[in-house]
Amino acid sequence: MPTINMLQAINQALDIAMAEDDNVLCFGEDVGGFGGVFRATSHLQEKYGKARCFNTPLVEQGIIGFANGLAAQGSVPVAEIQFADYIFPAFDQIVNETAKFRFRSGDLFNVGGMTIRTPYGGGISGGLYHSQSPEAYFAHTPGLKIVVPRNPYEAKGLLLAAIRDPDPVLFFEPKRLYRASTGDVPEGDYQLPIGEAEVIKEGADVTVLGWGAQMEVIERAVEMAEKEGISCEVIDLRTILPWDEDTVVESVLKTGRLVITHEAPRTGGFAGEIAATIQERCFLYLESPIRRVTGLDTPFPLILEKEYLPDHLKIYEAITASLHY
Amino acid sequence: MTTTAQTHSPDFLAGDEYSIATYAVLSQDGTLYDGAEGPALERDQALRIYRAMLATRVLDERMLAAQRQGRLSFYMQCTGEEAAVIGSAAALDDADMIMAQYREQGALMYRGFSFDEFMNQLFGNELDYGKGRQMPIHYGSRKLHYMTISSPLATQIPQATGFAYGQKLAGDGLCTIVYFGEGAASEGDFHAALNMAAVHEAPVIFFCRNNGYAISTPSVEQFAADGVAPRALGYRMHVIRVDGNDVLAVYRATELARKIAVEDNKPVLIEAMTYRLAAHSSSDDPSGYRSRKEEDAWRAKDPIRRMQLWLEAQGWWDEEQEKALQDELRREVLDTMKRAEKRPPPPIDSMVTDVYADVTPALQRQLDELKRHVRRYPDAYPRGARSLDPALGQDDDSQGGD
Repeated sequence: MPTINMLQAINQALDIAMAEDDNVLCFGEDVGGFGGVFRATSHLQEKYGKARCFNTPLVEQGIIGFANGLAAQGSVPVAEIQFADYIFPAFDQIVNETAKFRFRSGDLFNVGGMTIRTPYGGGISGGLYHSQSPEAYFAHTPGLKIVVPRNPYEAKGLLLAAIRDPDPVLFFEPKRLYRASTGDVPEGDYQLPIGEAEVIKEGADVTVLGWGAQMEVIERAVEMAEKEGISCEVIDLRTILPWDEDTVVESVLKTGRLVITHEAPRTGGFAGEIAATIQERCFLYLESPIRRVTGLDTPFPLILEKEYLPDHLKIYEAITASLHY
Repeated sequence: MTTTAQTHSPDFLAGDEYSIATYAVLSQDGTLYDGAEGPALERDQALRIYRAMLATRVLDERMLAAQRQGRLSFYMQCTGEEAAVIGSAAALDDADMIMAQYREQGALMYRGFSFDEFMNQLFGNELDYGKGRQMPIHYGSRKLHYMTISSPLATQIPQATGFAYGQKLAGDGLCTIVYFGEGAASEGDFHAALNMAAVHEAPVIFFCRNNGYAISTPSVEQFAADGVAPRALGYRMHVIRVDGNDVLAVYRATELARKIAVEDNKPVLIEAMTYRLAAHSSSDDPSGYRSRKEEDAWRAKDPIRRMQLWLEAQGWWDEEQEKALQDELRREVLDTMKRAEKRPPPPIDSMVTDVYADVTPALQRQLDELKRHVRRYPDAYPRGARSLDPALGQDDDSQGGD
């Protein structure tokens, strides 16, 4: 299996989807001939023509409104929002339209064919507006699916599943890992399941849960903890909405402890939702309070980014605190 | 006011029935076009403009180099658009509000922002007014009436309409100018801003820098229309298109636009035709989407060179003065950069201030917890550790993350 990076994996998934189905279209700002500011859509215009892969004007609400219309008509739009920080002009189209299209029409119409790809997350000196992790805003919106891959293999399989999924999917790509994360990826077509978390590593003492770029950070923290003899079970949630409660519950029933981490601010972050559900379903089995390792309740900083980020040291501290409660 | 006139034949108006000509005064050789109506620029004002243009060019060249050397995480140049930005800012009252997009450091230079102030923001040190929170080039100055830059595109355009409406109510005789690119003009915010300005008669000047590209997207893929200017007519607004590399035309157009805005309380749209000679940002490489030949054609229309030739023709400038000023500016940029680089980062407490007027109890707890953590691992957080104990983290003078 060839070793490729996450951008190449995403590009392969888009290529496979466009080759297989003429109804698949890729568009967004700078997505056409240039292949996107991160080059995720490289060569797709050359291969499939300007009618199927193109630049849009610079208007996010237009991009997603256009995608909603295309999907309602039966096409399969894969719209790119250049940075997740810039998705908010499209918030109305996503929250009030994409998410509710099927429900409000009694399934006369739906936009299930659409996928929205967007890079998210910090660690790249991006400051306030090139670092945010906005998954929790959208997780409050029934009707959407939200998927976050952690490495190239996951990115390709999950993106192909997202494009073919019967519901609209918001696909958040961890841009810090675009080139930094490499791995073996099959050249052909394959899918990974949406709505299923993955137990990456089994353990007995504590469950450590995250998604996307945080999985790499968790790995470093767990290495530190295991040197101290703490056995960690690591779960990648993969799909934020609808999230896989059963896999997490099963793990916490076994370990009795849970540490959840995300880059987004703590208050209203998705870790809070997971913690609430787990205490409902695992209350008598919990050995210590569920811990959240997150960004601060502030906008994303620049110069003090390292201090802000929920890094491996903070996760390690939370793991040991959870053990020694 | 919608017209009530009737017609009884189904006559469509086509979108291409008229085009808007470009107002130009100064040709590339420094002479005026025959019969061209320029501004009555006095010597001191002309030299103030020229100095700001040159200073912006020098700053941009040096800071892009600093970014390439890894001393700066990011940079954006104004190169090629100095006449559009500075010529327009110069035609205003210095107390008028400027709401810029991100490529208008020249306007701030013209207003008197010092190299030290630029550098403090670029390096995000303890003296940065924005407290090291935003990426480089996100300047702001309350005393110079320059709203702090926000990266999301076009958000400042309707804000300018609101700001200008407040200025009208305050009766202080001031207006607001808002800058944006032809790409940002595609955002919904642009359309909302123009409509509200026309309806509520706000003294605002919408200044579009049509520089040909939104990152890689050429303007022909941005709109089918004859540029951005015709949109003003749909909102019943005054509009002029101007050669953006012609400082005299830009100055004169903006001077007149300001009169319309302030005296008649009417918004005006100015579309300056120019070219982004540099990359979109230090993260961009234009060779992937445009030709060297195209760039060279625009480099030959350099707005600074054009103004220099005009100044020389007036007898206000010569090669010797040019060289002396360039040397002085280069030296000052280097000196101030070295000073700013050495200054410590903002204190760790600045992470939680300004989220609200007062730090909330919950946020204070988060900060206290963070400080305990940084004290436990000072080597992992050199900047935070340094602000807790100046003896720590002294070796960290790099910008940016890992």
